[in-house]
Amino acid sequence: MGTRAVEDAGRDERAGKALAATGVTVRPAVPGDAVGRVRPRWVVLPETAGEIAAVMRVSAEHDLAVVPAGGGTKLHWGAPPSRCDILLDTCCLNAVIEHVAGDLVVRAQAGLTLEALREALAAAGQELALDVPVPGTTVGGLVATALAGPRRFRYGTARDLLIGITVVLPDGTVARSGGKVVKNVAGYDVGKLFTGSYGTLGVVVDATFRLHPLPADRAWVTAGFEPPGPLGDADRAAGLGAALAAVSGSQAEPSAVELDWPDPDGPCVMAVLLEGTAADTRAAAVRGLLGPDSDLRPTPPPWWGRLPEPPAAQKGEAPESRGREDEVLLELRITPPRVPGVLAEVRRAAGDLGVRAAVRGAAASGVLHIALHAGTDAGTVPGTDAGTDAGTDAGTDRGTDGGTDAGAAARFVARLRAEAEDGGGRLLVVAAPEEVARRAGRWGRVGALTLMRRIKERFDPDGRMSPGRSVGGT
Amino acid sequence: MSALESLTARLRDALPPDALITDPVRLRTYECDGLTVHRATPGVVVLPDSAEQVAAVVGLCAEHGVPFVARGSGTGLSGGALPRTDGVLIVTSRMRRILEVDVPGRRAVVEPGVTNLAITEAVRDQGLYYAPDPSSQQICSIGGNVAENSGGAHCLKYGFTVNHVLAVEIVTPDGEIVELSEQDAGYDLLGAFIGSEGTLGIATKITVRLSRAPEAVTTLLAAFTGIEAGGRAVSAVIAAGVVPAAIEMMDALAIEAAEAAVRCEYPEGAGAVLVVELDGPKAAVDREFAEVERLCRESGAFEIRIAASAEERAAIWKGRKSAFAAVGRISPAYIVQDGVVPRTALPGVLAGIDRLQEEYGIRVANVFHAGDGNLHPLVLFDDAVPGEEERAEAVSGLILDLCIEHGGSITGEHGVGVDKSRYMPRMFSADDLDAMQLVRCAFDPRGLSNPGKVFPTPRLCGEVPGVRRGVHPLVEAGLAEQF
Ligand SMILES: Cc1cc2nc3c(=O)[nH]c(=O)nc-3n(C[C@H](O)[C@H](O)[C@H](O)COP(=O)(O)OP(=O)(O)OC[C@H]3O[C@@H](n4cnc5c(N)ncnc54)[C@H](O)[C@@H]3O)c2cc1C
Ligand SMILES: Cc1cc2nc3c(=O)[nH]c(=O)nc-3n(C[C@H](O)[C@H](O)[C@H](O)COP(=O)(O)OP(=O)(O)OC[C@H]3O[C@@H](n4cnc5c(N)ncnc54)[C@H](O)[C@@H]3O)c2cc1C
Repeated sequence: MGTRAVEDAGRDERAGKALAATGVTVRPAVPGDAVGRVRPRWVVLPETAGEIAAVMRVSAEHDLAVVPAGGGTKLHWGAPPSRCDILLDTCCLNAVIEHVAGDLVVRAQAGLTLEALREALAAAGQELALDVPVPGTTVGGLVATALAGPRRFRYGTARDLLIGITVVLPDGTVARSGGKVVKNVAGYDVGKLFTGSYGTLGVVVDATFRLHPLPADRAWVTAGFEPPGPLGDADRAAGLGAALAAVSGSQAEPSAVELDWPDPDGPCVMAVLLEGTAADTRAAAVRGLLGPDSDLRPTPPPWWGRLPEPPAAQKGEAPESRGREDEVLLELRITPPRVPGVLAEVRRAAGDLGVRAAVRGAAASGVLHIALHAGTDAGTVPGTDAGTDAGTDAGTDRGTDGGTDAGAAARFVARLRAEAEDGGGRLLVVAAPEEVARRAGRWGRVGALTLMRRIKERFDPDGRMSPGRSVGGT
Repeated sequence: MSALESLTARLRDALPPDALITDPVRLRTYECDGLTVHRATPGVVVLPDSAEQVAAVVGLCAEHGVPFVARGSGTGLSGGALPRTDGVLIVTSRMRRILEVDVPGRRAVVEPGVTNLAITEAVRDQGLYYAPDPSSQQICSIGGNVAENSGGAHCLKYGFTVNHVLAVEIVTPDGEIVELSEQDAGYDLLGAFIGSEGTLGIATKITVRLSRAPEAVTTLLAAFTGIEAGGRAVSAVIAAGVVPAAIEMMDALAIEAAEAAVRCEYPEGAGAVLVVELDGPKAAVDREFAEVERLCRESGAFEIRIAASAEERAAIWKGRKSAFAAVGRISPAYIVQDGVVPRTALPGVLAGIDRLQEEYGIRVANVFHAGDGNLHPLVLFDDAVPGEEERAEAVSGLILDLCIEHGGSITGEHGVGVDKSRYMPRMFSADDLDAMQLVRCAFDPRGLSNPGKVFPTPRLCGEVPGVRRGVHPLVEAGLAEQF
């Protein structure tokens, strides 16, 4: 062993001892604990804010990098951390701290899953009006990834319903902002900064949300549309656009207007949710707008509130099961009137680059997810050596029979991003093989990047919280 | 030459002549906002008419280390726009253009000096409106709304400014023009800026969401013998799962004042009145309205009036909307308080306010947004009676303590400003306030943007300690890989 390695082993041992001395449950990490291939050394399982603070103080003293994890449902998404010593698992912080039904407010610990929260609230006829698309998501993960589903059209996203938060900062300070009343403008809203922070500013300990009464009735109206056409087929785009505008602006007050386009060669389906008093009457009004071929249904279509799955590589094949490592998931954010036009561009770009992409999302909010396969992991396509063209971005990156490849996927991202940003929108790479993300860039345009870096520097001056995982390397 | 004097010389070069005010008489017209007890004559006033001019002014302030304060229409009720005698007051009254209205995209881009109501007026004939509706909406500016995260009577259902602003272009305290957009990935800086009371920079362009005007609106006035029964009705409505657009309550003293001022002709003998408004799809409103009416009766309403027309709706709202000014009819002077309690704590807090009235011999008229527990107690006093003002001040402060005790907030919509900064340590711990200061230091390390507001003892920001730049030592040593 060289002296340096000996020093490091000593350092490790000291840090390990200090962690053990906190009394917090610690176990050595196993390969399955890796975050985007970076394997931590320890997994800690704190049970209170005080325990998180103790862990954070040790991490500050020993210069350890910390990544918080909730359900770990999609911990591998997003940029991998540049280092990770401690995986801080919030699973033991899983209580509803306070639910006062008369105030329509709940305070819950970070590790509580939204399913468990839903159950607790439903008993009082209430709900947190966010439909999170990933089962197993925790309160902390919800805040950190700023997730939202179909009803964002009516209720907004996590930031709109979050009214208070407790966090532990990287130096172990426990800080609170907001409170447990909905209307409150005292002080800065630190909770807002933690929405979309991907664990890079500190650890969320608990969050307080505004609730809504569970709607008495729900009804869905669905209607099929021809797929948004290639260049020149303005009529189809206009038909979809007019329907979208009519429904989302309708006095029936839908809670969600979703679009699903699972197979680029197949039709596209619009599904509209009406909920609350007189849902049926209002659904009938929406049917009036969508025409006699539309359907009224008491339950959602099976794809409702789920992220899209990459279509099969070949037309007509069944889509592959989830979880392949070459999955690419993009999030498009545009103004709603641009949806049909951008969908047509998805089709054109996909055709030009040999990509097969599925699209689904909250069309009336202008937020759509796009899923595709990038070929295997490092960008190689099984049975070919197409992946070796990494770096030859100027080459013709058409996909080969196994799917797309890293170059084609990256170009697809670049084209859609140009289209989105051209009209003031954005295209984010939510999940992708590293090769694709590196070529295309994960975040696209961020107006306030300098300010975000400055926020990161102030909250985490040593760069120990999930380093490298958020925007601009923060 | 003082920093302010040398800065003024530079401002003269940077701005058109009529955009700079140094005449003491004219300066004095800006000495206070809607909270007139705090006054200070600004060092100089500038009236920029573009973001570039604002950026030039702020850049020069940064260069000279001179503080600056933004001012919209000056209707703020917490002294947030109180000027600095040693600083620059940046007034947005010349930035009143509506830059873009996108009807299909349901958004408008406006300059910060545009009044709240002007946005709605510009889109009303398209069936659209801008939802947050502070009572001051005819005069207050959208820039001020952004700074205060203003609410309105209808925020129970529709939310606050922060839920309706899609992007803000700001001039940072360094003088840079930056856009904060809800579409950006990463931290929600837009959300953090809204409600920051001018301490993180100046908003120069605001993109707001436009909402579709509801199909049906119905309003009722329910009279009760006392405030407890009114409170029961509110709880019953909420428990029934109805989310009204607004539920407002007034107590006997507030009703008396409103009668004296605007002759609103609320039912005689009412110890409390409730104004409930429902809006939305007609089919839904009709059904829920019947339920609300029934719940009010069951809770003891002895008279219910239902507005059958826009005029009748206005008549019902007239008393409520006039309440602040109306107490001037029954008291020579008064303090408008703004506190919040969890709705379920309302009875306890109102009882506590009653005890304070007796103990201090001070009358309090209660007007509140009952749906969200936002109290606006009007603390009445006669400034001609020695000691009464002090007692009123004491009661006003103790009401905030009651709010904090019950898990509420010291301000629901008027902001902390200069007036309530001393209460912040009662609501938040030193660590909480320090965490907020980290945000301040990221945006405004020199502390020049509206200093002395919101926080009691601003801490110096200093350099960012120990930021690691470059490669991590482990990577350098070849012991870890950087992906
Ligand atoms: C970087 C990234 C981006 C994602 N973006 C999207 C997206 O745009 N749309 C989408 O539908 N899904 C997205 N997901 C996937 C998935 O929906 C979420 O990961 C999951 O739903 C969050 O729940 P979880 O509790 O399992 O969190 P995890 O998967 O365990 O963690 C998710 C992220 O939140 C952080 N985190 C978790 N708990 C805390 C806490 N208590 N305090 C501070 N930080 C915490 C983690 O460090 C990690 O960055 C993303 C996931 C990641 C990792
Ligand atoms: C009769 C009356 C009724 C009211 N009713 C309500 C109500 O129902 N709901 C409610 O929420 N409030 C209410 N208010 C309070 C007040 O009207 C709001 O706070 C309003 O948003 C202030 O706007 P303004 O343009 O007058 O701001 P100002 O008073 O000029 O400034 C307020 C704060 O905003 C900052 N500021 C102003 N412009 C900018 C800018 N462009 N960029 C950054 N910071 C800026 C100032 O520095 C100051 O801190 C009422 C006030 C009155 C007098």
